[in-house]
Amino acid sequence: MNDSGVQFSLSQKQVLQGRLWRQIHKQRVLYLMLLPALVYFVVFRFGPLWYAQLAFRDFQPLKGVWDSPWVGLTHLQTFFNSYYFSRILSNTLIISGMKLLFGLLPPIIIAICIHEVSRKWLGRLTQTITYLPHFLSWVVVSGIMLSLFSQSVGLVNQVRLGLNLETVNFLSNPDYFRWLVVGSDIWKEVGWGAILYLAALLSIDPTLYEVAEVDGASRLQRILYISLPGLKDVFVLVMLLRLGSVLDAGFGQIFVMLNTAVLSTGDIIDTWVYEQGIRSGQIELATAVGLFKGLIGLVLVVSANRLAKRWSGSGLY
Amino acid sequence: MAQAIVSQAVSKPKKRKIAEPGFEFAISVVLVCAMVATFIPIFYVFLISLSPKAGDISPSGWNFEAYKTLIANSRFYRALLNSILITLGGVTISVIMTVMTAYPLSRANLPGRQFFMVVMLAAFLFGAGLIPGFMLVKGVGLYGTWWSLWLPVAISVYNTFVMKAFFQGIPPSLIDAAEIDGASEWQILTLVVLPLSTPILLTVGMFYGVGYWNDFFAPILYLNKDDQMPLPVLLRDIITGASGADFTDSSFFSRTHLEALKMAAVFLTMLPMLIVYPWIQRHFTKGVLLGSVKE
Repeated sequence: MNDSGVQFSLSQKQVLQGRLWRQIHKQRVLYLMLLPALVYFVVFRFGPLWYAQLAFRDFQPLKGVWDSPWVGLTHLQTFFNSYYFSRILSNTLIISGMKLLFGLLPPIIIAICIHEVSRKWLGRLTQTITYLPHFLSWVVVSGIMLSLFSQSVGLVNQVRLGLNLETVNFLSNPDYFRWLVVGSDIWKEVGWGAILYLAALLSIDPTLYEVAEVDGASRLQRILYISLPGLKDVFVLVMLLRLGSVLDAGFGQIFVMLNTAVLSTGDIIDTWVYEQGIRSGQIELATAVGLFKGLIGLVLVVSANRLAKRWSGSGLY
Repeated sequence: MAQAIVSQAVSKPKKRKIAEPGFEFAISVVLVCAMVATFIPIFYVFLISLSPKAGDISPSGWNFEAYKTLIANSRFYRALLNSILITLGGVTISVIMTVMTAYPLSRANLPGRQFFMVVMLAAFLFGAGLIPGFMLVKGVGLYGTWWSLWLPVAISVYNTFVMKAFFQGIPPSLIDAAEIDGASEWQILTLVVLPLSTPILLTVGMFYGVGYWNDFFAPILYLNKDDQMPLPVLLRDIITGASGADFTDSSFFSRTHLEALKMAAVFLTMLPMLIVYPWIQRHFTKGVLLGSVKE
């Protein structure tokens, strides 16, 4: 307002302010509509920040949050020095990394095949069927995993029995746990992940394909030189955004699949925070670790979004 | 634009004679494999649920005893009813709140609009974590009630942005005309904007609905009584063996086995979703594309 005082004469400024006020008054109903949302964000999205200070305090429930004594970074230090730090950090990064690595190509392959296939009904049928698992709860998917991998009735072990091999308890074996996590994640999300790629393929100018066909390009060549380049931007965007959320290895999924036998390879930051904070009552420690994770995650997502905007021209926000 | 993409997908020009049949065969095989891989695990769940004893899935012994056992139990109905009520309540709250947030923000000349967008973006990007959220729910007295499942996730920032983008696509001349005719903002919203917005309301409503229906973690975290729990939580208890015993009686094991009971529970939990899925799928795909199109 100080700057505008230089540019406008007093009367013009008054007119402007008057106009702004009239505008606000005229649209008071709109502000009234926004009020519940404002309350929601202040209470439920930013309210938890009040309790986040417990990360730096020694919480004494009788005194309340504000009167509990400060202890600085003690809790974070405890965490960094503990045996769990490297275990849950590496489990988180490895599971995320495996999901990223193995989950990146299947949706692209499905999308290209759906786009390419001449029998359109086959493409549509594949879409309908492969989207379905996306809508199932992770609890249901964990039950489905049981039908495949349980020792007594699982399909894989039935086949092994048929081949005169010993049955394996896949679900409580640390060596298999991460693969089951990655496999079920791909099973659940592959069709859904294909949607974005399919949209990108459909937005490619069809005349490109026609011209290439006239020039004698084979269908494989058309995929390599038209379809794939058309997917580059979406690919970069998806990859960067997944890198940005690398500390989220999939809490809901791992929460239902985890059991005490596979903690060594399956315990991730989120499941550890739940176990410590809710089950073992180590509220300050768990808050500190959760806050630490949130801050690193924020930096990662913001940087990933910057890069995505630079390299692919669009970001998440 | 999104609709254009979708309709383009549906009405692609008919191809002439199929070129390179070998290539066509190869991609068809990939697609069929993807479908079979998706379908087999679900089918196998059903097979085990019918089997009379572990490891015996031959059709001669099939029976529905596991289903009868579940359906005869009042806990199952209670959980199903809870799931339905939690989903309906949650969708109602979330859709109303989202409309009331997205609509004012879609009006370009609203002073302070940018500030509110920044607030939402900040909430979208940073969360204080699980424990502070839990402490807050306890602190405001929602612990142990269904409100704890609804209010903390009442507004999804993503859904709000998607809906706002849709509202902005409504021709401003319609709104101006209503204003000139003396309509209040409420009238503009309920008589002009919302009737034009059925697709986005359905899509966003279903985004929320699937989220509430499938959620098991918030109920585990915030609820403390068995008779409040939705279906996925009961399913989890049955799968992990925590409440399998509640369903078995002395004659249970002569008729079927525990694994069949677990798989029947998985299948019954899945069933409502399988039934509404064909309808959901149409709107969902559209919604994802709406979200991916920049204003």
